[in-house]
Amino acid sequence: MSTVEPVYQQPKPGLGPARLSGAALLVALAAFAIVGPAVISADPAAQDFGATLAPIGGDYLLGADHYGRSLLARLAHGARLSFGLAFLTMLAAAMPGVFLGLVAGWKGGWTERGLEFLATIVLALPGLMLVLLLLAFSPGNYGPLFLGLALTLWVEFYRVTKAATKGVLAQPHIEAARMLGFGSRYILLHYVLPVIAPMISTLSAFAMATAIIAVSTLSAISVGLQPPTPELGSMIVELLPYFAEAPLHVLLPATLIFLLVLGLQLLAQGERA
Amino acid sequence: MTGRGMKNFLVLRLLQAGIVAVVVGALCFVLMRVLPGDAAMRIAAGRYGPDARITDAAAKIRIELGLDRPLAVQFFEWLGSLARFDLGHSLVTGSPVAHELQVQLGASVWLAAAALLLSLLIGPIVGLLGGLKPGGTADRMGLFGAVTFRAVPPFVLGLVLMLVFSRQLGWLPPAGFGSPREILLPALTLALGLAAISSRVTRNAVAAVARAPYFAFARYKGLPEAVVVRRHGLRNAAIPVVSYLGLQAIYLIEGVVVVESLFAYPGIGHALVHAIIERDVPMVQGTALTMGLMFVAIAAAVDLLTYWLDPRMGKNA
Repeated sequence: MSTVEPVYQQPKPGLGPARLSGAALLVALAAFAIVGPAVISADPAAQDFGATLAPIGGDYLLGADHYGRSLLARLAHGARLSFGLAFLTMLAAAMPGVFLGLVAGWKGGWTERGLEFLATIVLALPGLMLVLLLLAFSPGNYGPLFLGLALTLWVEFYRVTKAATKGVLAQPHIEAARMLGFGSRYILLHYVLPVIAPMISTLSAFAMATAIIAVSTLSAISVGLQPPTPELGSMIVELLPYFAEAPLHVLLPATLIFLLVLGLQLLAQGERA
Repeated sequence: MTGRGMKNFLVLRLLQAGIVAVVVGALCFVLMRVLPGDAAMRIAAGRYGPDARITDAAAKIRIELGLDRPLAVQFFEWLGSLARFDLGHSLVTGSPVAHELQVQLGASVWLAAAALLLSLLIGPIVGLLGGLKPGGTADRMGLFGAVTFRAVPPFVLGLVLMLVFSRQLGWLPPAGFGSPREILLPALTLALGLAAISSRVTRNAVAAVARAPYFAFARYKGLPEAVVVRRHGLRNAAIPVVSYLGLQAIYLIEGVVVVESLFAYPGIGHALVHAIIERDVPMVQGTALTMGLMFVAIAAAVDLLTYWLDPRMGKNA
């Protein structure tokens, strides 16, 4: 079905300034997400009603929310959750996607037709709708969220891998390698993999950005992860009623999501953004 | 210029609509069966309200709907009633799902149309300005805006707009439904996200057309600049922009769900999210099906528009 045009274009080789800044941003955020929860001793769930909506820069470095929970701790844990969930989702989408793409590109015939049909079914609905339908089974849980996202994201990996594999395998140097007696394994590793690797890394960054947006959005409209969890999207919505007293507190998690997605998109697209 | 290519598009879209119905129907069928409790009891409570004689009512419903028959038979009947557009009754309000959908669909279609229109006012114009002079100030500002708006999830963008336009400036109402003033903020939220992509696509398309030999030739033969852009530029540049609209339909439908929930806008997306929270399976099915079909309809419209702009498309389809 022609719903999804090939969005993918060959990335320019090397690191342009845009990519480099994206990578730097991501490294900083990843450090915050990984080192933060380990270093910050405050419990993201510990309440202190004496410090409700404490201002930024006082006893609490980034202030406290309406229950007096340390925002710094909550942001660090939220970043780890977003990053971790996005990374796992990307792996769960990329591994079957790339594998099935290789199989379809290599075998062709009925295998390819069957997989194409499967991809068509997944793409018939917008991705978020499928995730929402799966979430209806148990709202507020990680399981359906993770499964739904992986289920919608693998198709893009599959399509790109299949198209690239077919393109490479049709070229004369592959035939030459075959006639020289090189096996399938050698051809896959030395001719196909180097071609698809940069494409897959671009797609991975995109997939992670999509996952981060989806998880925070679904939590914000209260069908994703539920409030006690320090999730960035639900933090924004929780703090929104207190905007008049503490406007910066609302903007902190929003900025963090923005920077995460921006970093991933810059890394993926480079100059062609 | 036969209608063959067009027919191919339409057959594919019809097939897609069928797949949407089967996927939504199957998931909701399973959902109805795995939810804890007795399905007949739930339907009885939805129809007649939970009263003392509910056990009798549930027993009658079990026989009436054949809930005691094998699952496979029930499944095909479920799909059959879906094909007849018999969507059942809401488990929460008790009124027919189709009836509620009629009201909500109107609201959602208005929102989607307003968002699309606004995005077409913003995106292509920004793109045209950038594409006619690549690397200039307009181009760079357009790029900056596109990168920024693309990295902001729609719900954050909606909240920021709400805070700026209704809290700080007090120009527009933050929520509600009824007048054009209330549709403006949710539509603008979606439009900015859509325009972030369409402006870059337009810019690249315009830049490509401006480099094309036929464009230079139109200038050499002495046509005024405005005529060159209008006659030789716009239609050719419009082809990728329109075909990208098909891809943007995904963003639009997903965005409608999010933005409606955020602005408490009484459309289908809002109803879907509520139905999921309340586990009102017939409503989940009805709303998901309608949104899915809306998506297919937009995609079909884009196909037709692309075909009209560039009849060569149909030849190799």
